[in-house]
Amino acid sequence: MDHLVALLAGIFLTAAIYLLLSRSLIRMLLGLVLLGNGVNLVILVSGRLGRIVPPIVPEGAKVPMAGAANPLPQALILTAIVIGFAMFAFLLVLAYRAYQSLDADDTDKMRVAEPRNAPKPPMSY
Amino acid sequence: MEARPDIAVLISVLLPFVAAALVPLVHRLAGAFTGWIVALVPAAGFVALWTLVGPVSVGAALPVAWAWAPSWGISLSFLVDGLSLTFALTIAGIGTFILLYSGAYLKGHRQDRFLAFLLAFMGAMQGLVLADSLIALYLFWELTSVTSFLLIGFDHTRQAARRAAIQALVVTGLGGLALLAAGVLIYTISGSWELSAANGLRALDVYPLLVLLVLLAAFTKSAQLPFHFWLPNAMEAPTPVSAYLHSATMVQAGVYLVARMTPELGGELLWNLTLMGFGGATMLWGAVAAIRQTDLKQMLAQTTLASLGLLMLLLGVGTELAVTAAVLYFLAHALYKAALFLIVGAIDHGTGTRDITALGGLRDTMTVTFIGAIMASVAMLGLPPVLGFFAKEEMYAALALGQWLPLVALGALVIGNAVLGAVGLVVLIRPFMGELLPTPIEPHEAPVPMLAGPVVMGGLGILLGFLPSLVGGAIVAPATSAILGSAVYSHLKLGIDFFGLPFWLSVVTWALALGLYLRVDFARTLLRRTELAIGWNFDRGFDAVYFGLVRLSGAVTRLLHHGRLELYLFVVFALLAAAAVLPLWLMGGLPSWPSSIDVQFYEAGVALLAVVGVVTVIVARSRLFAILALGVQGLSVALLFILVGAPDLGFTQLMVEVLSVVILALVMTRLNLDADDSRPFEDWVRDGSLALLVGVAVTSLLWSVLERPLDLALSRFFDANSVPVAHGHNVVNVILVDFRGLDTLGEIAVVMTAGIAILALIRGRKRRPRGAPVPAEDVPLPAGRKELA
Repeated sequence: MDHLVALLAGIFLTAAIYLLLSRSLIRMLLGLVLLGNGVNLVILVSGRLGRIVPPIVPEGAKVPMAGAANPLPQALILTAIVIGFAMFAFLLVLAYRAYQSLDADDTDKMRVAEPRNAPKPPMSY
Repeated sequence: MEARPDIAVLISVLLPFVAAALVPLVHRLAGAFTGWIVALVPAAGFVALWTLVGPVSVGAALPVAWAWAPSWGISLSFLVDGLSLTFALTIAGIGTFILLYSGAYLKGHRQDRFLAFLLAFMGAMQGLVLADSLIALYLFWELTSVTSFLLIGFDHTRQAARRAAIQALVVTGLGGLALLAAGVLIYTISGSWELSAANGLRALDVYPLLVLLVLLAAFTKSAQLPFHFWLPNAMEAPTPVSAYLHSATMVQAGVYLVARMTPELGGELLWNLTLMGFGGATMLWGAVAAIRQTDLKQMLAQTTLASLGLLMLLLGVGTELAVTAAVLYFLAHALYKAALFLIVGAIDHGTGTRDITALGGLRDTMTVTFIGAIMASVAMLGLPPVLGFFAKEEMYAALALGQWLPLVALGALVIGNAVLGAVGLVVLIRPFMGELLPTPIEPHEAPVPMLAGPVVMGGLGILLGFLPSLVGGAIVAPATSAILGSAVYSHLKLGIDFFGLPFWLSVVTWALALGLYLRVDFARTLLRRTELAIGWNFDRGFDAVYFGLVRLSGAVTRLLHHGRLELYLFVVFALLAAAAVLPLWLMGGLPSWPSSIDVQFYEAGVALLAVVGVVTVIVARSRLFAILALGVQGLSVALLFILVGAPDLGFTQLMVEVLSVVILALVMTRLNLDADDSRPFEDWVRDGSLALLVGVAVTSLLWSVLERPLDLALSRFFDANSVPVAHGHNVVNVILVDFRGLDTLGEIAVVMTAGIAILALIRGRKRRPRGAPVPAEDVPLPAGRKELA
């Protein structure tokens, strides 16, 4: 199972990076969502997978049941999911505003900060 | 009076800076008399320094130090010895007349600013020659470069002035860096930032490097070949600046540095020959170039080059006589050259031109200037018994040794002195004798403040010539002792040895000078033709290097900073792939193919669903379909989380995915975008290969991680302490809100910040009105695309 999820993480990252390398903003956003999921899977696999049993201490016991999942990667991923969502929402709105202002969703056409014909360095004193 | 070196140092170093800050105020109150008032600052410094001549002349070296950064062992230390006092007195003395002169010369211009720069330079220069701490030395060294930049570029509306200022800053700044490196090197060797504490530098392996760094600093500052070209260009500065910085003081900083380092670094063949070679070459170069000029100021600038080279040559010879000659020549040169520059400034001021071919017969209208010129030129020629004469006699005596190397140097010196003498004759005779030529301005005598400097300094050069034993005992011998690092007693006395070789060499020098003066126009024509034939000079070389660097940096910037986001990302991901897979590959950690995969059918089903979702996102033809597919993969991941015992993750993922899909769908319907990914085939191959490479790299990394044991110490800690310590049964929740509560606070802060930013983006700017022109750099809408919904 661990190996399968590791493979799944690789597939997620492949797709995410392919989408991120696109010049279309919306495809980049889709890629960003996939990237988040892929990285979460990487963290999950690094801490090894459990099976069904969550890291919850049963009533009256002091420690979780034997065979319970590793809680540490779960805590990390939980944080990552929330932050990833905040990032996604922000970038979505940013892309929307950029589209409104620049009439383009192609990053190659968004050259306000780095214009195509950037001024040459001055050749006089 | 008791000698107080600390007060003298404060007055000569600190006071000019304070005065520089106050000049605008003084100028507002005193107006045209500002020059008179600020001239008191260096005059006070001169008097304060003069009280130290007594103790220093009997061989004392007076240290002054204030704590600067005690925890780092750095103190602001100064040392007043014969060498530093000679320079400091010259700087203060000449500075007095320069400030006086500037007040009159720059009447009506930005006088306050100019005087402030000049005062700041003066303080920096005094600090430079008095400093003992290497850090202070470097600091003041760079300050002189910066103030020099400001003064050369004072007339910053002219491009030539800007260019000269930049050139001087670049060249001397280069030397400043070398000085910094040398200082750090000396500190690491001797363990002290004080120059006076350095010793044993000659015996080390790094000695040649140290010599290289120190001489690079000295040669750039003192405009030795091949860094000489900035000095003639620096004549773009107002004349008082040329007189002060670029003949008498700042350019002498390199000479000072060489003299200062002689006890530590001198005496080796490398040191002596390098100095003699470059010094001699610069002297001859400057002498020849001086003949070529018709502009009086340029002539003087080139002779300054020659004199600087001459000083370097003498310091390179390094014998007692040679060093004595160097000190004498430094004094004589500072006096007559500053005077001559001021005279040229007075001529320029009085007639409106500095061209010797357009000047003549000014002796009657500018009589006092003429008298000053006579005195200064006599010193330049080295006629007895002025100070310049003794300097020349000493240097000839120092080299008349009969060996071939000193003889070559001697020959070069005779030629150099002869050319300098010829230039002195040109400066004296051409503007003042002969017929009165018409000039742009009706010739008139300069005002008193502009005459004081030339007359007093020229007169001093002659007066001191009659007091050789006083000069020798009070100034020259202590300075020579400081340079040589051993006690030297003055042997100078009034009188001419008619039977000595030096005197007859002087006679030869004068004869050559006279001969060259008579044929100077012919020589100039010849030199100009030669220069035209060569067609290249160091000045153009500087331009080529300078703009070459600008072009190079522009090209590098355009190469790396091309503005194409997908290529930036490509580099990032390529590095990610390399970082993930290269260490595994190179160190033999690649995982083996898993032997058995323990998977339940429903787990495989969820994974398959996720893959279907991911692939659909990529290949979907319609935008909405892609978003739905995004939801599919997200839900699959949520299911997967639940299956591996992470229900909290599953729920959170579920909510986030649903929200993402809804928001995305909402925004998408407001935009009209191209449905498909218009990536050219080669981009498709490129991006696809890289993406695949990263995917394979990450999977192999994970597989190889799975082959190794996992350290569960942290997880066990959380499992064991969750209930007893934190009283929570859900270990993941306990970690988030208890053990790592601050992390969660940070996470919430991030979410909140994102929320605020989103709000700002939505509300912050008004929508561009329909039909308004698109901003510049924008391309028109592609055909078939509709307006905003």
